Amino acid sequence: MAETSARPVPSTTGPTLPLIGKSDTKPTWCPGCGDFGVVAAVEMAVKRLQIPSHNVVIVSGIGCSSNLPHFLSSYGFHGIHGRAVPVAEGIHWANHDLTVIVTGGDGDGFGIGIGHLVHAMRRNVNLTYVTMDNQIYGLTTGQASPTSMMGQRTKSTPEGVIENPIDPISIALASGATYVARGFSAEVKHLADLIANGIQHKGFSLIDTMSPCVTYNKLNTFDYFRQRVYKLEAAGHDPTSLPKAFERSIEWGDKIPIGLFYSTSKPTYEDLEEVLQGGPLWTQPAGLKGHEKVLDEFI
Amino acid sequence: MGLHVFGLNAYQSVIRGGHVWFQARTSSERPYSQGDGADLLYCLNRETFDVHAPALRPGATVIYDPERLKIADSELPVGTRALSLPTMELARKYTTQPILQNAVGLGAAAFISGIPLDVLHGVLTDSFGKKAGDILQWNLRASSDGYEYARQHASISDRAVHRAGPPKLLMTGNQAIALGAAAAGCKFLAQYPMTPATSIMHWLAAHAQELGIVVKQAEDELAAIHMAIGASYGGVRAMTATSGGGFSLMVEALGMAGMTEVPLVVVESQRAGPSTGLPTKTEQGDLNLMLGAGQGDFPRAILAPSNPAEAYRATIDAFRLAEDWQIPVLLASDLHLSESTATVDREEVPTDVPIASLVTVPLGTADYHRYAYTESGVSPRALPGQPGLQYVTGSDEHDTKGHLISDVRAGIPVWIAERTHMMDKRMRKLAGIAAASRPPVFEGPADAALTFVAWGSTIGAIRDAMPLLAAQGRSTNLLHFPTVFPLHAEATRAAIAKTKTTLLVEGNFTGQFGRLLRAETGIHLPNTLLKYDGEPFYPHELVARAREVLTHG
Repeated sequence: MAETSARPVPSTTGPTLPLIGKSDTKPTWCPGCGDFGVVAAVEMAVKRLQIPSHNVVIVSGIGCSSNLPHFLSSYGFHGIHGRAVPVAEGIHWANHDLTVIVTGGDGDGFGIGIGHLVHAMRRNVNLTYVTMDNQIYGLTTGQASPTSMMGQRTKSTPEGVIENPIDPISIALASGATYVARGFSAEVKHLADLIANGIQHKGFSLIDTMSPCVTYNKLNTFDYFRQRVYKLEAAGHDPTSLPKAFERSIEWGDKIPIGLFYSTSKPTYEDLEEVLQGGPLWTQPAGLKGHEKVLDEFI
Repeated sequence: MGLHVFGLNAYQSVIRGGHVWFQARTSSERPYSQGDGADLLYCLNRETFDVHAPALRPGATVIYDPERLKIADSELPVGTRALSLPTMELARKYTTQPILQNAVGLGAAAFISGIPLDVLHGVLTDSFGKKAGDILQWNLRASSDGYEYARQHASISDRAVHRAGPPKLLMTGNQAIALGAAAAGCKFLAQYPMTPATSIMHWLAAHAQELGIVVKQAEDELAAIHMAIGASYGGVRAMTATSGGGFSLMVEALGMAGMTEVPLVVVESQRAGPSTGLPTKTEQGDLNLMLGAGQGDFPRAILAPSNPAEAYRATIDAFRLAEDWQIPVLLASDLHLSESTATVDREEVPTDVPIASLVTVPLGTADYHRYAYTESGVSPRALPGQPGLQYVTGSDEHDTKGHLISDVRAGIPVWIAERTHMMDKRMRKLAGIAAASRPPVFEGPADAALTFVAWGSTIGAIRDAMPLLAAQGRSTNLLHFPTVFPLHAEATRAAIAKTKTTLLVEGNFTGQFGRLLRAETGIHLPNTLLKYDGEPFYPHELVARAREVLTHG
């Protein structure tokens, strides 16, 4: 066995460990961007749960919203476009004591990265994924996104989008996510509740957050959502029922539901991965010393 | 019996059917390749005879079952003989399951090769001892029947083997890589199945619980490499493995590992390309890809072992370099190395590999800069979970704290300078990596008339060709490169200056290593032997080309 004494585990608890807060980097988003509400809600949620900032890792891909990790005082991994989820999975499996939050946009998560998202959901990895869904590509200055609505005119679709938008909620329900919610970035407290509950939930949590782009999406604006959103909690929705969650997920028109669609308790990937039962991977002994008998099979 | 063995497993990209063969070469001296010629050919069908009869040497024996195929005496190559062995008939004494005829054949082959029956019985007991019912007994008896039949109807080969010492380890290149990774302290492998890298995952998955290694079959190679990068960032040694097609998908992430300075080991087991190419055949055609993978410049290392013993050592080296220099390290294998079997001495697979703590930044460090400028280019790496050292790493260009300089700072004079400093810091590592990695190696007589220049699995056939050439009065030596990149330019120049004539040997069309060598040293190696037919090099091909070069220059 390798020397465990050579692998000191830093103290992760203590009386004065700081909670998450704003970093010294100011957001570079356009004034009025929906993402300000999301970063505020993430900060609020993590603070409320009293998770010390050094035990939080925020992982993102590329896009306006993917800059979010820079604006908070936790650890952050700002990777490449569409690949935040597998990076987050790897971080979590290396150290499942960490709270790993994935943030990013609709292009990142539902376009280039949707394959990873679907697989992470079916694995029920204990991650919290907060998307900032503005139904447009912002950082590349206004092309159609996978969630852009049919008919929407963008720089890449001057005659209007001719593809059906992806519905992240029903995909999440069908893929096996165990906590599925929609937030609205103007409803920061409500969103913070959804995120905090998602972090506390054991398993994969998707919080698809409608986060309007004030520069490139003139259709799905704050007003657009204010006129349409209603809260599932207030509408008597039963989030333990998968069929009812599917029923609500296809509602998108004059009324758009926000809140918790579905929540269920199932073993996580980490619960089922035998090796992780020995504690966070990074604290476990490494090497072949003491395991020399594996060489016998080669004789 | 303590013999050395080299085994070549040849197959096609089909699950059932096709022509499949296994070529085993054994000797008290270490064979480095499958060699030339055959002394024993065991045919399960007529195609085997048709394909392989030309390789038979005088004195060789062909074993076949007359119920399965016919071979007329007139078809046998000169000086060879046949043993018509009723494998099916003998096996039917015990069971109707046709697979038992293999034991009959093995018994006969053991007799002809000089392998004592008790040795074969020992192997069969190891293989079938835990099976239920009569399976072990059937195998023991059927192999005895085959041995006895051969004793009565055939003779022992004049190239028969003899006991040579204590048992050796026998493993494939991929098993050696998997073992080496475990020995180096690897705790996480993410991989997507792709021939010929897949069996790395198979071995580690089979031993995952025993060794405490998380093995994740990812949804694709994009996920595999990103999971490995995430795990490494999260605080464990991590690896991914693939072949050229999968590695092509990993290219963007490789650059991210370089940019974020996250240690990473990637095994690239090459197969014949381009595109899907020949999935079950070998090539060294991905060197250009490995050298150039990723946009922009970032430091990397490419290691190229040639056999399982070297692969074990190189894998440990790869983890050490990745960790010490915070870079992606590519372990260049190929199908011939990954899937061929070779003997390894126990001393060649040391398990007492020092494994340092990855926690290197002391808690309480004030004003921590993840990407601090240092002389070596390596900056202190904190791990998430360490209080007070939080930082954000990013694929965008960043300052010493990890803050982006790609958006509102881009193009501003102070940040233009910062970008240059940061590039310089990362690229500075290359000199240190070169100094910390294995230099080029000379093998053979210093004053040889011809020097083979090679890398990777190709070296095996060269090592076998050199004594053949020596026996013909041709003195040759070998210059090879355990570290393909960064190429040790000064050492390479000095080494080549000592040669009389060179012969560059590579398993690709364009001589990709020759081009790298020229780019790094200015030296052009005019004589080449380039092979791209999917098959490994055979010693006789090297002998022929070396003689040609020595004769005609």
